[in-house]
Amino acid sequence: MKGNIIKYDRDNIDTDVIIPGQYLKVHDYAELATHAMEGLDPDFHSKVKEGDFILSGKNFGCGSSREHAPIALSQSGIKAILALSFARIFYRNSVDGAFLLPIEIYQDAYDGISEGDEIDIDISKNQIKNITKNQTYKMKPFSEIIGKIIAAGGLFKYKPDQD
Amino acid sequence: MGQYGICHTISHEQAMVMPGDVYVGGDSHTNTTGALGAFAVGLGHTDIAYVLLNGNIWFKVPETYYFKLNGTLPNHVMAKDFILKIIGEIGNDGAAYQTMQFGGSGIDAMSVESRLTLCNMTTEAGAKNGIVEPDQKVVDYLSAKGATNMRLVHGDADTEYSKLFEFESSEIEPMIAKPFSPDNTCVVGEAPSVELDKSYIGSCTGAKYEDLEAVAKILKGRKVKIRTEILPAAISIYQRAMENGLLKIFLDAGATVGPPTCGACCGAHMGVLAKDEICISTTNRNFPGRMGHVESQTYLASPMVAAASAVTGKITDPRDLL
Repeated sequence: MKGNIIKYDRDNIDTDVIIPGQYLKVHDYAELATHAMEGLDPDFHSKVKEGDFILSGKNFGCGSSREHAPIALSQSGIKAILALSFARIFYRNSVDGAFLLPIEIYQDAYDGISEGDEIDIDISKNQIKNITKNQTYKMKPFSEIIGKIIAAGGLFKYKPDQD
Repeated sequence: MGQYGICHTISHEQAMVMPGDVYVGGDSHTNTTGALGAFAVGLGHTDIAYVLLNGNIWFKVPETYYFKLNGTLPNHVMAKDFILKIIGEIGNDGAAYQTMQFGGSGIDAMSVESRLTLCNMTTEAGAKNGIVEPDQKVVDYLSAKGATNMRLVHGDADTEYSKLFEFESSEIEPMIAKPFSPDNTCVVGEAPSVELDKSYIGSCTGAKYEDLEAVAKILKGRKVKIRTEILPAAISIYQRAMENGLLKIFLDAGATVGPPTCGACCGAHMGVLAKDEICISTTNRNFPGRMGHVESQTYLASPMVAAASAVTGKITDPRDLL
């Protein structure tokens, strides 16, 4: 899966800035997307392109459980978030709702990947290739159940009885 | 009809959650009722829909961090101060994916409502849940609300905790969390000298009955200097506050009393912050824009600190007014 990076060089990006509270009553997903990241980066909507990835530091998606956060990012075209760590509700919302992939990375990828770099994520090899810089990094593998829910296309399509 | 308020407050005010329950809710502060000895966890709405349909959900079994509090907290220190101190020490993700369990003589001495404050804000340290082993206080608390047949679940005698933290009650002081993060803490004595625009006393964290009692102790016979909004967290609390004269104390002090809702805590309504406004608040989060405009600022504090600050217009140690 290839895409270009939008990098936020900081920790603790919370769901209040990913989708501010005044938009929680917005049920139109396309409209929700126009407010994604508005609390942190008002230019996000104009620069994001279909298939982009976000790269950030520790504890991405902390705070409110609002599922509007992964929905707004996904509807903006974001296919994956690469972060040093994730807050737990954002992580499981992303996977269970099949909105986007939360990819846990190591420090070398965080330091090595820059804004605009084109990267290729290979889940089967737990590997991230930086095409722009010709570098390769490891990603943390998904746990067994997370991998199965992602492969199924979300929690509602996952059939635990067939395990 | 007529029994309304914040979901995390209704859940204990109406004894909907019992010790030993596995309880999930579609909001991050579902952790609150872990104080009753339940496994209480916040989820998103897809997960909640799945639970409604299937009656089950997947969980990664967390490890447990144990927070031991020795000795009874002083009168001017509240559970909110203790949990802010913990979050300040371990950070926003200091207990990511973990259970935070609270125990020790300081917790034994604490009211159930204070324990609810602790478990509520485990979310702000990234925890999956917060929990206190249920004791007679929990039984009495729930029995008074009509609960029967409680199943008290206790930890094993040989439980091993993945981390142990120990605190002395006598060393805990009134705390605040400065903008823009709950882990950006300091003691009130070291607070910056800012001119506050308002004091907000509300939310599942900071508007339970004992929180309002603490506020009344400070506001009684005094006038507030800044806009002060007090939103009891549930109608049952509102009614008790009315019957016992707390609302009169608040109104006489010049505060506004609002209906039991989440209100401005999540920037929803009833006192949402305007651009450049500075608020001291008994709520649980102060991320940019959390309570309104992205250029507003929120200082998190205990109900006593928020009340004392309402009287002076500056961040104030409640000892100055008790």
